[in-house]
Amino acid sequence: MTDNVHEHELHAYVDGTLPEARRLEVEAWLAAHPADAARVQDWIGQNQSLHAAFDSVLNEPLPLNLVRATRRPALPVPFKAVAAMLSMLVTGLIGYAIGLGTPGQAPAAPAYLARDAAIAHAVFSPEARHPVEVDAAHADHLVAWLSKRVGTQLQAPDFSAQGFDLLGGRLLTGETGPVAQFMYQDKIERRVTLYVRRAVAGNKETTFRHATENGVDVFYWIDGDFGYALSGQIGRQAIQQLADAAYSQLVTP
Amino acid sequence: MRARPDLIEHLPRLRRYAKALTGDVNRADDLVQDTLERALAKLDLWQPGSDLRAWLFTLMHNLFVNQIRIKRPQETVMEDALDEPVSGGQMEALAARDIHAALARLPEEQREVLLLVGLEQFGYAEAAQVLGVPTGTVMSRLSRARERMRQMLAGEPAVKLKLVI
Repeated sequence: MTDNVHEHELHAYVDGTLPEARRLEVEAWLAAHPADAARVQDWIGQNQSLHAAFDSVLNEPLPLNLVRATRRPALPVPFKAVAAMLSMLVTGLIGYAIGLGTPGQAPAAPAYLARDAAIAHAVFSPEARHPVEVDAAHADHLVAWLSKRVGTQLQAPDFSAQGFDLLGGRLLTGETGPVAQFMYQDKIERRVTLYVRRAVAGNKETTFRHATENGVDVFYWIDGDFGYALSGQIGRQAIQQLADAAYSQLVTP
Repeated sequence: MRARPDLIEHLPRLRRYAKALTGDVNRADDLVQDTLERALAKLDLWQPGSDLRAWLFTLMHNLFVNQIRIKRPQETVMEDALDEPVSGGQMEALAARDIHAALARLPEEQREVLLLVGLEQFGYAEAAQVLGVPTGTVMSRLSRARERMRQMLAGEPAVKLKLVI
């Protein structure tokens, strides 16, 4: 097609895998070659259409049979746990964690908060192109939108002193209603997420707790009607500093 | 006895890929279920430290290919994808219908590459590993898939608009 830019480099441009210097050269090439630029635009549009059509699957409640299929059949599941899980069939994204952990009884809040937050972190933080639904450029809109859906005035804590900038946020489904997830990123693209949802009724306020779920460090706490969990894989100490900062900014007087 | 990796966190993305690949939510979840069963059966073969997600997608690819082989020569047209409700506004829904229809008409091997790279954000070499083909093959399939999608998506919106409004 060209003596300068190869076809595969146009694809690599679309997929964001070119080294920066080469990316700029390809960009210059496209500016001078409208036919190629039109193709590249269409390909980018295809990627966007794919995400628009299928990303909602990421946020759907997980079918119970699939959750169960991730477990070894060798592990016997007590009848009560099955019943507990069945009762959660329609309750949304993350109800299963409770049923598997504490068969037959109400969950001791907020242990599952950490697990749910860690899963949500693991699901969304690796997304290179669509880690968030609304990006930080629309921070006011983002906070207003999530506040409305979650049902309280939320606040995205400021972690700039710790080197993390707000990337954006998304709305998830939890068994106690909507969940807000704020995502932050530092200069070397490490990500942490803050997970906020309405706590199960009867929760007492708690101090910080720490959990490690599949290698993800989570600090979580309850404040008023809401549960908060900060997740990341940046080392326990670093995540604790962020959690301290979040707590001091968010705690109600 | 080493700790077993948790497969739950990979579920949402396996489901997204399977849905895009099969065009049908039930078929997709069946495929995911088969993948998980096979993964549990073969988990001891997985190398700790290697990419679990890529390994799971490889298992899913193999199952998908087997399914197609059994189904042929039956047509794998997925008309029901057209009737699926899509979240968002009317225009979004229209765009989604088009992409569903176009995907369904793409040859499977091209569809897989387009989705692994364009939706699931695998690198070319990773996608090649998942599919068990050379990277050059991934590139040529990707190129053909994108051009074909381009032709299909360019032709149709006007007609579809009439149908819905």
